[in-house]
Amino acid sequence: MMLFRLLFRNAFRNRLRSGLTILGVAVAILAFGLLRTLIGAWYAGVEASSATRLVTRNAISLIFPLPFSYKEKIRQVSGVQTVSWGNWFGGIYIDEKNFFANFAVDPETYLGLYPEYTLSPEEKAAFFRDRKGFVAGRKLAEKYRWRPGDTVTLKGTIFPGNWDFVLRGIYRGRDESVDETQFIFQWDYLNETLKKAAPGRADQVGFYMVGVNRPEVAGEVAAAIDRMFRNSMAETLTETEKAFQLGFIAMTGAIVVAIQIVSFVVIIIILAVVANTMAMTTRERFGEYAVLKTLGFRARHLAALILGESLVITLSGCALGIALTYPAAALIKTKLGTYFPIFNISANTLYLDLAAALLVGVAAALIPLQRAMGIRIAEGLRRIA
Amino acid sequence: MALPLGYTLRNLWTRRLTTALTISGMALVVFVFAAILMLAEGLQTTLVETGVFDNVVAIRKGSVSEVQSGVPRDQAAILETEREIALGPDGRPLFAKELVVLVTLPKRVSGDPGNVVLRGIGPSSLPLRPQVKLMAGRLPRPGSLEMMAGSGIAKRFQGGGLNESLCCGMRNWRIVGVFDAGNRGYSSEIWGDADQLMAAFRRPAYSSAIFRLRNPGAFESIRERLEGDPRLTVEVKRETKYYADQSEMMAKFLRIVGLTLTLVFSLGAMIGAMITMYAAVANRTGEIGTLRALGFQRRSILLAFLMESLLLGLLGGLVGLFLASFLQLITVSTMNFQTFSELAFSFSLTPQIVTASLLFALTMGFVGGVLPALRAARMQIVDALRTG
Repeated sequence: MMLFRLLFRNAFRNRLRSGLTILGVAVAILAFGLLRTLIGAWYAGVEASSATRLVTRNAISLIFPLPFSYKEKIRQVSGVQTVSWGNWFGGIYIDEKNFFANFAVDPETYLGLYPEYTLSPEEKAAFFRDRKGFVAGRKLAEKYRWRPGDTVTLKGTIFPGNWDFVLRGIYRGRDESVDETQFIFQWDYLNETLKKAAPGRADQVGFYMVGVNRPEVAGEVAAAIDRMFRNSMAETLTETEKAFQLGFIAMTGAIVVAIQIVSFVVIIIILAVVANTMAMTTRERFGEYAVLKTLGFRARHLAALILGESLVITLSGCALGIALTYPAAALIKTKLGTYFPIFNISANTLYLDLAAALLVGVAAALIPLQRAMGIRIAEGLRRIA
Repeated sequence: MALPLGYTLRNLWTRRLTTALTISGMALVVFVFAAILMLAEGLQTTLVETGVFDNVVAIRKGSVSEVQSGVPRDQAAILETEREIALGPDGRPLFAKELVVLVTLPKRVSGDPGNVVLRGIGPSSLPLRPQVKLMAGRLPRPGSLEMMAGSGIAKRFQGGGLNESLCCGMRNWRIVGVFDAGNRGYSSEIWGDADQLMAAFRRPAYSSAIFRLRNPGAFESIRERLEGDPRLTVEVKRETKYYADQSEMMAKFLRIVGLTLTLVFSLGAMIGAMITMYAAVANRTGEIGTLRALGFQRRSILLAFLMESLLLGLLGGLVGLFLASFLQLITVSTMNFQTFSELAFSFSLTPQIVTASLLFALTMGFVGGVLPALRAARMQIVDALRTG
């Protein structure tokens, strides 16, 4: 008990220096936490994927379509429960800067496969009834202040022209991990228009979403689908939704790695700052340590004092940093929702924060510790004079 | 009278551990700062240099990039008759109808998938791009199932190397050559015969038409004429602008994320400098009193401490830049969000980045040192001598 009081007294003896160091640690922990959360945001699609959903797409690459006629064939594969289909539309709302995902999908089967998108029965019915209807995520609708009944025009990049849509419903995510920034409209609208304007491009599907009975059969079903279309005009590649999302992340892997490296760099930076503080603190107290030794305290007591003080500083900084992470993440969520639809602080991040603070606290105390423990009493006492 | 620089230097040397720790903190911040600017710069130079100023790209209106675009054969034929197109040495117009598709290929090392640009070229494609040089093997024969791969692809993707083969579109494509386009986007592409690729991928339309201007100044009038032509649904851009636009979003993303990060990181380093400088002032209270008593003015004291902290910043900046300069040896390959395709680029260090990094480091030193220096300058002689 005595030791703890001494630790706190010691740590705050030089208020300015400790205050600054704690602030530094807090900033570093804040940055570290936000970076880890950013990486989490990158993996949000993977986290939100379901084990019973498969994605079938053209084996060459995502930009190649599959024939619409595959729908019935896929449905016949044993283990398949639902087949839905859609196209990445790639429309631009007013300006390229206003990016959000927009898909043409088969509404009933698609919403059936995604129970996490919750809509009221009236909204659903209205969406299914209106060929030009669309539903938008809550965040997206809030951002552009769309109300049900509003007409929204997207400029097609892949499918030329201006496309008008009417908002028929706003979906909410069942939990926090659901992306609430998507724009979904009827595939029939796209297909009927293409039939008139560009018949060669009609009746083609960008991807099939396949729902299976049980997660265990997913691998088997995927293999069966791909086997069926091998050596055909459009070979398929079927993966679980998770693998599909991971494929996307692998393509931007370099960026994820860079963020990871940077998140460790900030820890090293703060390590240098805390180590500096501890080095200065112990240098000033050599005389005291000599006195303590004279009184009979052992090297390990001194070690406990120094290490403890270092940990008091880093852990206070860590607590402050974590407390700041929440409002900062909330701010990012509202300001940068377009880029990071999901930005949630996970429990894992908090543990990492804590681990980083402990690590910095211990590592920063090492050199000063060595110096203080090795001190000779006479030498230490002489310094005071 | 000013205090000699030697005084400042010796002070830093006496407290080596503290000085080294402070400098290393700052060096890391400068390293991150420079690295991110170098990355954005590398991306931009790669894409900007890909284009040739006199070349013009025609893609479908509103399609943003060649990948989404489609230029039907009849429209390509109309474009080809445009009289402002320069003629090559063989008397044929420098006009190429090209196809661009993406294929997913596994990487050599990790096996991770990457979207690679497959470009179908015509006879004029190579003369239009003098930057592209054959490095190994030979050029693919027109009308055959042969292809050549950019140096970046040959190195990193399975099936991209010389004499290897790729399997897509139900055909086997043999790589008969490897070309190098330096630090340009083409190095991340694979080129084959446009007509063969169109047949294999069942594409009824080309993706783009590229031509050289006979008179480089006439671009605006040609653009107006072509975009106003009711038979055409194309958008016409200078090649330089076309490629520059493709790097805009990602370079901006990198810069914004990077600068925000370094700003936060720099807070940590500045606090480090401030702690060091406050301690320096506190330890030398007696010394400061003596200096003042000897007749040095407040200004000189302020300057001496400020110099010390600026020196810390400068040293940190130099160390950080030194470390960052090694990054130039690294090539990054990642997906460009805008084109959805793989692009390799390296970190590039420019004089502007060096200046910006050093200024940034000095600013950190200044902000960290100004308050402690003020405290030192404000001390009363008597008090300082007494405490010291």
